[in-house]
Amino acid sequence: MMPCPPQKEFYNMEVAIVKYNAGNVESVQNALNRLGVKSIVTDDHDVLRSADRVIFPGVGHAQPAMEYLIERQLDKLIISLEQPVLGICLGMQLMCTSSEEANTKCLGIFDTEVKLFDSESLKVPQVGWNDIYHLKTNLFRGLQENSYVYYVHSYYVLIAADTIAETSYTLPYSAALGKDNFYGVQFHPEKSGAVGEKILANFLEQ
Amino acid sequence: MLCKRIIPCLDIKDGRTVKGINFENIRDAGDPVELAVIYANEGADELVFLDITATIERRKTLIELVKKIAAAINIPFTVGGGISSSEDVQLLLQNGADKVSVNTAAFKNPELIKELSSAFGSQCIVLAIDTKKEADGEWYVYLNGGRTRTGVRAIDWAQQAVGLGAGEILLTSMNNDGTKSGFAQDITRALATRLPVPVIASGGAGTMEHFRDIFLSGLADAALAASIFHYKEIAIPDLKKYLSAEKIDIRL
Repeated sequence: MMPCPPQKEFYNMEVAIVKYNAGNVESVQNALNRLGVKSIVTDDHDVLRSADRVIFPGVGHAQPAMEYLIERQLDKLIISLEQPVLGICLGMQLMCTSSEEANTKCLGIFDTEVKLFDSESLKVPQVGWNDIYHLKTNLFRGLQENSYVYYVHSYYVLIAADTIAETSYTLPYSAALGKDNFYGVQFHPEKSGAVGEKILANFLEQ
Repeated sequence: MLCKRIIPCLDIKDGRTVKGINFENIRDAGDPVELAVIYANEGADELVFLDITATIERRKTLIELVKKIAAAINIPFTVGGGISSSEDVQLLLQNGADKVSVNTAAFKNPELIKELSSAFGSQCIVLAIDTKKEADGEWYVYLNGGRTRTGVRAIDWAQQAVGLGAGEILLTSMNNDGTKSGFAQDITRALATRLPVPVIASGGAGTMEHFRDIFLSGLADAALAASIFHYKEIAIPDLKKYLSAEKIDIRL
């Protein structure tokens, strides 16, 4: 599959990426650049509030990430955002109620918990390409069921009311969550080839 | 289902792609960024860049290259070669590498693996092992690009390294590398069954059947190859179609 060509209608969009201590910011910015979209990495409340779209990325540990967000009152800001917001990987997990990772209380946007994979029976972290199915919402518009995306994670979210895509690593779990203006994806769309680019483009088009 | 991965490897010297045949007789096979984009578009699941530059300018050139690759491709990539400190790793990850692979420096100082995995997470620390089967039937670890024998068994080192936080093993069989006679199934299988982390098999790919065998019999999580891809002896889309028809979980 060829990557998506730059999308003209995105050219003037302001995309803000939340700056904190657990961001895989470069990769997300690169992916947006390939879509022809400029983005700004910031923890400035006003800039985040006024952006057209907000991306909340994340690679790292839940507890220091939450501490950092709380210290800068980014926790309150993120839950109050009204434009479309996309959490990626740890970003999505932090949008749930809590994480088994150091028993961290999280933002509580999605009413579900983050659990640790059983390393007795599975290779943990799950690293690699896995499929997504039971796709719901416009985030997956134009994508086929069982499309492949790239995952790197040790913690996961069970199927819940807010689940908008599922995947399976021995047990089925949430590949993506959605509620009102908030979306979260467990996989890395910025590293998921043409499928990932389509998901990012769909998010920008919300 | 989690897929088996196909990983082209690009050996880099002074910013250009090279491939050693049995670690010698290096030939130029093109511009790394251009090749990387081609592989990504063809369906490679991941890429590995192994820097074999020895000059003092090495790090700067490599960082520039990593930046260009990260901007150009939409799949994950690993960078390895001469990595010996947290600072090296931080720079590579900051500039867009998804993972780094460590080899000789980690063997000489196993604590490095612990340091790197706690600082950056196990998921981005790949331990590369060059191994050779000797007359006694055991596989031993070799260092410095295969030039230095250690007398330590590959399985022992791999288990120790995973205990210290290595998130993945990139296992290269020196007996098979460059021979195009197939991957080393026995040692790959031994590691894949005993370790709780993914094992990438490397060395010996010559035909599509070799990939099938290393996944089905060798139980590898991923298979890495270089020259057969660089010299277009096997096209990635054909390989993936073949493996899928052989009932192997592959991203098409």
